[in-house]
Amino acid sequence: MSTIQFTIDGKQCTAKPGQTIVEAAKQNGVYIPTLCHFEGLKPAGVCRICTVKVGGRNMAACTTPVADGMVVENKTAELEDYRKAIVEMLFVEGNHMCPTCEKSGNCELQALAYRYMMMVPRFPFLFPKRELDASLPKIVIERNRCVQCLRCVRAITAPDGKRIFGIVKRGGHAKINVDRELAQSMSDELAQKAMDLCPVGSILKKEVGFAVPIGKRKFDTKPIGSDIERA
Amino acid sequence: MGREDAVVKQVVAKYNNDKTRLMDIITDVQHELGCISDDTIRCIASQLQISSVDVEGVVTFYHFFTKTPRGRYTVYLNNSAVALMKGRTAIAKAFEEAAGCRFGSITSDGTIGLYDTSCIGMNDQEPAAIINGVVFTNLTTQKVKDMVAGMKAGKNVQDMVTEFGDGANQSEFIRSMVKNNIMRKGPVLFAPYEMGSSLKAALSKKPEDVIDEIKLGNLRGRGGAGFPTGMKWDFCRKSEGAKKFVVCNADEGEPGTFKDRVILTEIPHMLFEGMAIAGYAVGASEGILYLRAEYQYMKKYLEKILGDMREKNLLGKNILGKGFDFDIRIQMGAGAYVCGEESALIESAEGRRGEPRNRPPFPVQKGYLGYPTTVNNVETFCCVVRIMLEGGEWFKKMGTAQSAGTKLLSVSGDCSNPGIYEVEFGTTVQTLLEMVGGRTAKAVQIGGPSGTCIGKKDFGRRICYDDLATGGSIIIIGPDRDLFEIVHNFMDFFVEESCGWCVPCRAGNVILKERLEKIMSGKASMKDMEELESWCKIIKSMSRCGLGQTSPNPIYTTIQNFRDLYEAKVRKDVDYVTTFDLMAAVQESCKAAGRIPKVEEH
Amino acid sequence: MSKPVVATASLAGCFGCHMSILDIDERILKLIELVEFNKSPIDDIKTFTKQCDVGLIEGGCCNSENVENLRLFRKNCKILIAVGECAIMGGLPAMRNGIPVKECLEEAYLKCPTVDDNIIPNDDELPMILDRVYPLHEIVKIDYYLPGCPPRADLIWEALVALLSGKELQLPYEVVKFD
Repeated sequence: MSTIQFTIDGKQCTAKPGQTIVEAAKQNGVYIPTLCHFEGLKPAGVCRICTVKVGGRNMAACTTPVADGMVVENKTAELEDYRKAIVEMLFVEGNHMCPTCEKSGNCELQALAYRYMMMVPRFPFLFPKRELDASLPKIVIERNRCVQCLRCVRAITAPDGKRIFGIVKRGGHAKINVDRELAQSMSDELAQKAMDLCPVGSILKKEVGFAVPIGKRKFDTKPIGSDIERA
Repeated sequence: MGREDAVVKQVVAKYNNDKTRLMDIITDVQHELGCISDDTIRCIASQLQISSVDVEGVVTFYHFFTKTPRGRYTVYLNNSAVALMKGRTAIAKAFEEAAGCRFGSITSDGTIGLYDTSCIGMNDQEPAAIINGVVFTNLTTQKVKDMVAGMKAGKNVQDMVTEFGDGANQSEFIRSMVKNNIMRKGPVLFAPYEMGSSLKAALSKKPEDVIDEIKLGNLRGRGGAGFPTGMKWDFCRKSEGAKKFVVCNADEGEPGTFKDRVILTEIPHMLFEGMAIAGYAVGASEGILYLRAEYQYMKKYLEKILGDMREKNLLGKNILGKGFDFDIRIQMGAGAYVCGEESALIESAEGRRGEPRNRPPFPVQKGYLGYPTTVNNVETFCCVVRIMLEGGEWFKKMGTAQSAGTKLLSVSGDCSNPGIYEVEFGTTVQTLLEMVGGRTAKAVQIGGPSGTCIGKKDFGRRICYDDLATGGSIIIIGPDRDLFEIVHNFMDFFVEESCGWCVPCRAGNVILKERLEKIMSGKASMKDMEELESWCKIIKSMSRCGLGQTSPNPIYTTIQNFRDLYEAKVRKDVDYVTTFDLMAAVQESCKAAGRIPKVEEH
Repeated sequence: MSKPVVATASLAGCFGCHMSILDIDERILKLIELVEFNKSPIDDIKTFTKQCDVGLIEGGCCNSENVENLRLFRKNCKILIAVGECAIMGGLPAMRNGIPVKECLEEAYLKCPTVDDNIIPNDDELPMILDRVYPLHEIVKIDYYLPGCPPRADLIWEALVALLSGKELQLPYEVVKFD
């Protein structure tokens, strides 16, 4: 199989044909921040945090296949500021009360805010009214924290392949909802999978919580992406 | 459950249990039942063997689908900026008073529902509304009173149309009061032409030569983006696929554009002929006209034209005896501006939420149902017809180097002669203003809200792809208008129409609108304005599709071209101004506790 | 040269951020050497007696008294710092944002099973409740933000020292946290 040669911020990189920029970057020890992206799921290009510049144009690195000779700009001051802005938008768009959230410390949105040293979002808080759904047997859907990454929509299906999660309404009113019948019959394993997939604390498995103490959580001591970055 | 179940079963069967026809299924079921309740959603999902949340996702995406009843008579009153200029506020009030309910609700007896809707393509005859699919234009408070009385008396909506527009609007298949207002005919679209002659010319060439002729003419997409049509067809032709599709984008949703409506009314056969030529060129035998829901009143008429063309063997099998098969079906939309984006349109035509797709793959590679698909604008197809007759060289002689041919403009707002104008590309804004009786304009919105708002100093600029690009919308803003109100209306529109898929567009537009309101309130600093400008850049740079990449334009281009207006609104002596009002903030709690608020200034 | 003057207050907060200030342990002695406290629960001075250099505010604004206090701080402090999640974004009290204040009051004072004198408190001496909880920067200009619930003692210490000494603030990853 032929090898693709390309550069990210001047660093020579190689990739296999068909790889996306995000995947190829990771393989070459370069971290491109992502939020909606999840390995193994079809890329959605929802959050736009992985936006990179190629040939003067902005594109989502999670959905764009890498091409031979590509010159990718990743860690420019402007892109980093715009990525931080998106994290900030998500913080003001929902109601992210980190101190109350059991995903705190393991939350990818929060981890990105840490990485970008967000002290306060530059945008005004919108304080939307969002519904919490605790009526399902295995999971709680806490929409105040939802970033609509569509991971659950893409990955969680019933045994017959039907989607359990979906998105309803549009624009700022868009929200995650479920096929109630299918969601009622979710197994423990599937509920756990949904919770693990959720980058924030929007899907929580009932009955267990706060299992990992502060200090031992995923992002307590190491920034998100530090496992990928190589000099 | 009885009737509901039966209706759903019947409708789903009519579409052969095909879930890609979900748009039509929902439309038909809603027509029968008045709304699509949660129970109905479950019925449809179980019949199609899909998840109910998938059905709910589609039902709740489109403006004209509803989960709750919207009245036996559903009034959708346009709330575009030009509607407001033309007195929409008084009309809305008249509707509310006469009907006895507020906008966004239905009367207690369920007779009348009043709802806002984004631009319905009638900007040259506003205020206008759609009631049960029938268009009512040039509304006056008296007309509103009469109409509401008619509704209360149970009159048929079509019978409330007493005057008819010009041309084919009078056809027995339309019978609409809509006027064409064709103010200027040009050589490409509105010159005489004989139906079938162009297709005949095309079929006598090789498909590759048809594409070459289009390329020679340097035809670019008339929707506004201006992608070279010949190149698009070439890509589609060369893409591998068991079959291919030609899709006509008749979802003209950009506020202020209505030129496709006039083409669809007066020269639909020219459009359909263009689609057939495209089919021949790219190797497709199926075409889809994606028609915005607002133009449903023309559907019967368009079906009739398609029927006529089949009879004349201009569509169907073995067209003109040349062994070429091609036919067209009409796919109705259901109210979503974003479906004007070609991949969102395809998603919608496949029965899903109209969310743009990630690219690559492009529609010419994987489009409708995964097959190579060329999506072109209504006007583009008509240009193709003329190029086949007159040649690419002839076409190229008009316009500018980068923008060949003519452009059909929809002109509305503060001018004496609103309507459509076919002008050569390269026409200056000043020339246009003189043509339309809009000399007093202080600003012109070129290309609708997603385009550019320019002031007098730029009236010498030219309308073409390389200067001021437009899909056709030209809104003239007179000297007495408050530009902020117009900008605010445009931002309302984008907030309403964002699909919600990507973060910058979904959250960003709400944030921009809020900051704009802060500036409009007079409680803002220079810093607030500078931040607003920088936020526009972020949203433009980070959004996924054209909607989010252009939605900050109303603010962005007015800050650039009318900076003095913004500077007059903001305080320059301080870098921080709060909008917090203590007296207002304590009202509700004091009322609940039975206290009189006492606020001393600190 | 006189020492920089610091004032602190807790508005709609839980005093947790103040506890975190105390959590700088023995460095508190150094802090006393470094600065002079004015209006603050730490020294129990109730009113401003002079113009201050730095004001540290914990908690957002949920009532009229919070607003009054905050404005007083803005007037009397050259630099105002929002300390902790509540000051920055409303925090836990802001979970009521989105619920009409009337409903909140009814739930707390009328419908709650443990109350029996069914009345919403209305004495004029009581602060008036705001329609929602406001982050500080929506009401006055805030110069710096120290996130956390509470902000780590190290963050508060490092930030204060940097501010008072004019040195550039270099924060290790571990100290900026939202919980």
